[in-house]
Amino acid sequence: MRDEAFYFFTSIGNYTGHSAASLDEFLLRIKDIDVKSLEFHLFREDFEKWIAQTLGDALLSDDIRSLRIQKVTGNALRDRLYLVVSRRLKELKRPLVAR
Amino acid sequence: MKSKSQDVSLDDLDRQILRLLQEDAKQTYGEIGNKLNVAHSTVYDRIQKMEQAGFITKYEAIVDTEKMGVPLITAHMTITTDPKETENIANKMAKYSQVLEVATSFSEELVITAKVVAKDQAELHSFVARLIAPLPGVLRIRTAIVTRKFKEERFGIRPRKE
Repeated sequence: MRDEAFYFFTSIGNYTGHSAASLDEFLLRIKDIDVKSLEFHLFREDFEKWIAQTLGDALLSDDIRSLRIQKVTGNALRDRLYLVVSRRLKELKRPLVAR
Repeated sequence: MKSKSQDVSLDDLDRQILRLLQEDAKQTYGEIGNKLNVAHSTVYDRIQKMEQAGFITKYEAIVDTEKMGVPLITAHMTITTDPKETENIANKMAKYSQVLEVATSFSEELVITAKVVAKDQAELHSFVARLIAPLPGVLRIRTAIVTRKFKEERFGIRPRKE
């Protein structure tokens, strides 16, 4: 059981069968998950909570909150979510000191 | 109790008694006897035998939760699983108090069906997301929330046709 994973639903109780246990997996899922699932979780604040509380990334959580506040939906949501998460992943993977 | 199934089985009088008990289990032996034109002692004996033989498993009160002021929502879940894990998942689900009924069913594929209750939609979602979706072998879940009930009864015993 992946207790800390994020489970993607499209509405109350309707599980898509997809989950993500890390930010890398989360990014992969954003690409192809039903956009209804992205909207469902964005407006329930589930992404923000999971990223802040489970992954401990307050900065990324704030970026996602701003998407919610702007009421981004549909494929625009998928694209912008992908952008903010991939940008954050790049930052996290960048070496602290340039070689 | 003439015809046989295992050690004891039911005749038409037993079936009529069961049907009356299903309608109202608080009826007295005399009331049942009056309705069926038999002595109350006959009704008593038949009920004792049916209890001992396991035809009557228990008597229960059906509580109107709405009147009690306990808001509950009911939902029907269909869970598609890896066939190797179906039984494990069904057994685990059966242990949760939120799950009133759980069964495996087959239509185009083997699925688990379950009737669940929760205080509200948030609690229902949390239950499914935290306890059911993470179970190994769960592939997909569909949940339908009951909006209005048109009939709710248990299977009623009928007298045998001649």
